[in-house]
Amino acid sequence: MSDRRNFLKGVVAASGAAVAATVLPTKAEARETKQRPPDAMGLLYDATLCVGCKACVAACKQVNNNPAEFSTLDHLWDTPLDTSGKTFNLIKMYRSGTMETKDAEENGYAFMKTSCMHCADPSCVSACPVSAMTKNPENGIVEYNADACIGCRYCVAACPFGIPKYQYDSPTGQIGKCELCRHRHKDGHYSACAEVCPTGATLFGRTEDLLAEAKRRLALKPGSTAVFPRGRLRPEDERRLSGKEDGKGERKRKRHAWKEEPDQSYENVVGNYLQHVYGEKEYGGTQVLKLSAVPFQKVGMPDLPPEAAAAHSESIQHMLYGGLVMPFAVLGAMTYVAKRNVHHDEHDASEEKEER
Amino acid sequence: MAANHHAPAPVGGNLFNATTLVCGVLIAIMIAVLAVRFVFGLGAVTNLNDGYPWGIWVVVDVVIGSAFACGGFSVAMLVYIFNKGQYHPLVRPALLASLFGYTLAGIGVIFDLGRWWNFWHIFSPSHANPNSVMFEVAVCISAYIVVMWLEFSPAFFEKWGMVDAKKKLNKVLFFLIALGTVLPMMHQSSLGTLIVVMGVQINPLWQTQIIPLLFLLSAIVIGYGVVLFESCVASSAYRRKIELHLLEPLAKVMLGVLAVFIVVRFGDLVVRGALPLAFKGNIAALAFWVETLCFLAPFAIIGNASARRHPGKLFLAGTAIMLGGIFMRINAFLIGYDTGVGVDTGWNYFPSVPELMVTIGMFAIEVLGYIIITRRFPVLPREDAGIANSAAH
Ligand code: SF4
Ligand code: SF4
Ligand code: SF4
Repeated sequence: MSDRRNFLKGVVAASGAAVAATVLPTKAEARETKQRPPDAMGLLYDATLCVGCKACVAACKQVNNNPAEFSTLDHLWDTPLDTSGKTFNLIKMYRSGTMETKDAEENGYAFMKTSCMHCADPSCVSACPVSAMTKNPENGIVEYNADACIGCRYCVAACPFGIPKYQYDSPTGQIGKCELCRHRHKDGHYSACAEVCPTGATLFGRTEDLLAEAKRRLALKPGSTAVFPRGRLRPEDERRLSGKEDGKGERKRKRHAWKEEPDQSYENVVGNYLQHVYGEKEYGGTQVLKLSAVPFQKVGMPDLPPEAAAAHSESIQHMLYGGLVMPFAVLGAMTYVAKRNVHHDEHDASEEKEER
Repeated sequence: MAANHHAPAPVGGNLFNATTLVCGVLIAIMIAVLAVRFVFGLGAVTNLNDGYPWGIWVVVDVVIGSAFACGGFSVAMLVYIFNKGQYHPLVRPALLASLFGYTLAGIGVIFDLGRWWNFWHIFSPSHANPNSVMFEVAVCISAYIVVMWLEFSPAFFEKWGMVDAKKKLNKVLFFLIALGTVLPMMHQSSLGTLIVVMGVQINPLWQTQIIPLLFLLSAIVIGYGVVLFESCVASSAYRRKIELHLLEPLAKVMLGVLAVFIVVRFGDLVVRGALPLAFKGNIAALAFWVETLCFLAPFAIIGNASARRHPGKLFLAGTAIMLGGIFMRINAFLIGYDTGVGVDTGWNYFPSVPELMVTIGMFAIEVLGYIIITRRFPVLPREDAGIANSAAH
């Protein structure tokens, strides 16, 4: 058999296999972007209600036992410039020109909360090689387990919101990020940032209801007055928002036993909202939703497509490695070819026979 | 022994010379830096930050280091899968370089892991996340390192006269060789897939669903490029005859695979409509062209047969390919990575001096190891006359 013909055959077969392995599966079932679980919890942050008091930043530090971080010379106040391994929540400020008007894009200023979005299809969870980042199947909280984490920081690189942060200043550094105050849930406490927010700009609740609340606000007339809940959405708010005020026909829901607290709703002026609930569709949706009057990209929220990057990545992985079919098929082929070809080689290695 | 001039033999000669001494010093500096890193944390020696959580320890030491270590895989595939037995003398030296490259990449990962003592979780079924690209990369690279040590062990068996062990190993060698082609295919492609989950943070010039194919093809090309480079360097350092009768056709194979790579690369850019991004006046576009020119350069340098018989030109072409591979990986992971997705978050990254010293130290280990093993173990093809033992430098 001519060497050359053999070679060409091999090349053709191998390239065929490579192309088939990469091109064919993209047509086969791709992994769809995941949706939020029905009982997903989250926050609604309304930038038009936020007064920039940063009570939520302080509360977040306190309940997560995080130390102050300084960016000024006097080291008097907690002044982190960005979220970090020890700052899970931050209110950032947008400034333009003379900064005269709140929530104006030109010559104005605006606030934006930065904390984990608790994505429906989180990049960090897909990235983590050791399941240290996981998404709770019931409430959808994206949880971190330091005991499992190897500190590879793939989650840091993967998150489109720049949320997980690593503690670079420690030999045993961990990842730090908002876990929606899950450690406080068993005592009936919800997210500290929402609990302390004086204006209801940060509101805790089930994402489904928060989304309805956000849409209610978008439908209000800017400049008019309306009632805004504070703290968390209460069962009566939930019923009102789902349009089932009499409680009939409502989907059976599991309710967490939150601590009783008085109704804190109040009247305020309706902001000049952009008609966009950030987080409704981005990357398949997030459990933390945001409203703003200034374009989201200007206040630091990235423009994201509706399909999650995790879905793209896992599609490729499942196609190439699903059930290990492809690797074993290629291994089988390679073993067959190698067994035929390695023979003369073994011969010449041990007996040093001249080839050709 | 028969008059065979390609059975491997030790080069011999003195192990102490200027090169090994410099390597030793560089390795000592690296150890010092690493001591600081493990006592005080990553922040004490690196410029890593939350905008750029991965720096050169990942991108250069692991991603590029392992691609440069593809010589063994590329040549073994040519010899055993495509049955081109004449390249056999190139297998052992290439495999040795791969063995070092991968083993060091594997060790280098540990330096970068923030919680390295948990590393074993990757292999523990209760922790493993098979959806994670990094999981797949880590498992395949670890398996490949083991396979390569086994593949290479005949060199040790020969040295220590373990005929039985060598015979036994030879019986299963074909399977090791098959594994040794499949495992690198898997993880070299997946090293590219690593960026897919970073989504819109990666510039569309590099973010594509076929990035695994691009990384795989380029790794194969780089494998041949490295063999050209190493053969030229080894023959000049050890004053050996250069194996032109092998390198000339090998260079031709390399150009063939490179052409396929270029077609796939540009075809993908055109189909996705991402090509216009290459003509924007920004760093990413510039980086793209630097990378592309490196990959095109070999066609100009060794495009015709007479140029391929010129050792200097083969060396240049190999270097160009390696540079192309470096740029492609740095571009995909660092230059093309925008953590703020168009919003300026103020993060920057450029490696610190101690960080660079670790990467340089790793390279020094590789060179030192290569020198020691080729001088003491049967790796390089035996020279015809007895001149091979004249010490280099
Ligand atoms: S915002 Fe980032 S860290 Fe939070 S769930 Fe989404 S991907 Fe994960
Ligand atoms: S740093 Fe930890 S949590 Fe993040 S991806 Fe790596 S192992 Fe997972
Ligand atoms: S939910 Fe808790 S951890 Fe998350 S930002 Fe609010 S206070 Fe911080």
